Amino acid sequence: MREQLREDLLASLRQKRRGFTKGWYKFSRNPLSVIGLVVLVSIVLAAILAPYITPYPEHAKPYTNFQDSGKPPSLTHFFGTDRVGRDIFSRVIFGYRFSLTIGIVVLSLGVAPGVILGLIAGYHQGTWIDTVIMRITDIFLAVPPLVLALAITAMLTPNLMNQMMAIALVWWPWYSRLVFALASSLRSEYFVREAELTGASKLHIMFREILPNCLAPVMTKMTLDMGIVILLGATLSFIGLGVQPPKPGLGTMVAEGAKRLPGEWWGTIFPALAIVVVILAFNLVGDGLRDVFAVEEV
Amino acid sequence: MTAKQILMIENLVKHFPTKRGVVRAVDDISLHVSSGDTVGLVGESGSGKTTTAQCVVGIYPPTSGQISFDGSPIDVAFSRRSKELKGKIRIVFQDPGSSLNPKRTIKQILSVPLKVHGIGTPKERLSLMSHLLETVELPPGEYLYKHPQSIGGGEKQMVAIARALATNPRFVVLDEPTSALDVSVQGKIINLLMRLGDELDLTYLFITHDLSLMRNVATRVAIMYLGKLCEVARTEEFFRSPKHPYTRMLLSSIPVVTRQEESLKPEKIVSKGEIPSPVDVPPGCSFHLRCPERKGICSEADPETRAMDDGRLVRCHLYEHGAAKAGG
Repeated sequence: MREQLREDLLASLRQKRRGFTKGWYKFSRNPLSVIGLVVLVSIVLAAILAPYITPYPEHAKPYTNFQDSGKPPSLTHFFGTDRVGRDIFSRVIFGYRFSLTIGIVVLSLGVAPGVILGLIAGYHQGTWIDTVIMRITDIFLAVPPLVLALAITAMLTPNLMNQMMAIALVWWPWYSRLVFALASSLRSEYFVREAELTGASKLHIMFREILPNCLAPVMTKMTLDMGIVILLGATLSFIGLGVQPPKPGLGTMVAEGAKRLPGEWWGTIFPALAIVVVILAFNLVGDGLRDVFAVEEV
Repeated sequence: MTAKQILMIENLVKHFPTKRGVVRAVDDISLHVSSGDTVGLVGESGSGKTTTAQCVVGIYPPTSGQISFDGSPIDVAFSRRSKELKGKIRIVFQDPGSSLNPKRTIKQILSVPLKVHGIGTPKERLSLMSHLLETVELPPGEYLYKHPQSIGGGEKQMVAIARALATNPRFVVLDEPTSALDVSVQGKIINLLMRLGDELDLTYLFITHDLSLMRNVATRVAIMYLGKLCEVARTEEFFRSPKHPYTRMLLSSIPVVTRQEESLKPEKIVSKGEIPSPVDVPPGCSFHLRCPERKGICSEADPETRAMDDGRLVRCHLYEHGAAKAGG
């Protein structure tokens, strides 16, 4: 019996691996997605290992060296230096740490409540529970995210933590809408009906029967949203409501560099390009994931 | 042999109010099912047979009328039924592709009824689930950890049957269990259901539009038309001498291959027209528009259900006389 069980488990693991291989095959058929993934992995690794791989890690901290102020890009300073002589390349790599943190923290804070509320409303579609949850969602959706995030951040002290909380607060309604739509169509599936007739609890039906069928679209949306959240974070930092100087936020750096345009263009262009690259990478990977899941659904 | 009546449906009515009017899905039907029977509830699409089944399992509460199981009333929706009752009455849906959650393994699917009904300790459940799969002729080692989308349609339906049996039910509603499957596996599923019915002493309410299948499967046949029962009879008598014109029309429309089979059928009646909308039920007998033996009274008065000498129930003006009024 025990031997048999081991065999069964190994068989199930083999099957899982086969599913993964199949998914990777679909993902890899789009070369752009693979490029996006490679870029993304490089960015994440570079951000994690920033103190060890950047040429001037001390430039991410309070540091001045006016002798090197405003140097154009060269082999010693790939992206040039800013007005107090800090290496922009090193600061951009450190800046990715903030951007990725914003993306990850905002989505971890925002997605869970959004998904749970959407799930509850979708399963209770047509009742007062649905009405209450979805009307609150609509109110949040009615205000443009940038404006709402601006208002919230402006009320609090501008720093990274408050900025992340503000974005998370405007982000959950999108997930609640998405999951509401999925859950309200899934609840009339016969497997949900069967679980109800068996006497399974609402918690079981929502989280074990319906939720697993919503995860693929949610994960795709999360990947695509990472880029947008990073952009929103950079935007808030640009207008001074986020990462505060001298910390190297990408948006903060664009703002600092903008004062010295067009002469010292590298101070703005390189941090801005860094933002573009990370957003593009997340979008390409998201597109690839969408292909993987879309075919799997059939 | 007078078996105990396990399910009694009395004057069941289920109407659905819609914008276009009231859909009279089930309009006053009475049906008794004895323990151990397989009652075939047969009708065209839109005849209300599935709604009847859904009222029995509690997907909808009836608009009026009574349903009782083992002598106690159960005419409420599933949310107000006891767990014990939910375990005793189970349903197998038509399409196993949508009745099995694609994101869960067979093991997870089968564990739900066991957990909900507290059957076995967590340690015992694995062997219980293996046993369930063996009961439906699937090798457990091969299937327990698979997902539904990686097995065939017939195998999926076997898993759905195993799940229905997990709570040791006494009554199983089969809602067209084979009509979504390939012809090659339909026979296998039917044989499996019949064997399990005998071995586990199950009572079936078999919803289908396949009348020819019922000849070999059902002990009693009930024909439904526009929310009403036309004829209810024991299978042999039903196929030997169908009484209601609609039943005869259905029987004569079964395709046959051999002359011997042809001779078993009643005289040819050409089927004409289609089932009217249950929103706009014709006055009088609901079948009179398509009936080959229509009389004047048919468009005016709705016939009553009458019991014939051999115990069958017929609802037609042709049999008004010489028959006692239906006792129920």
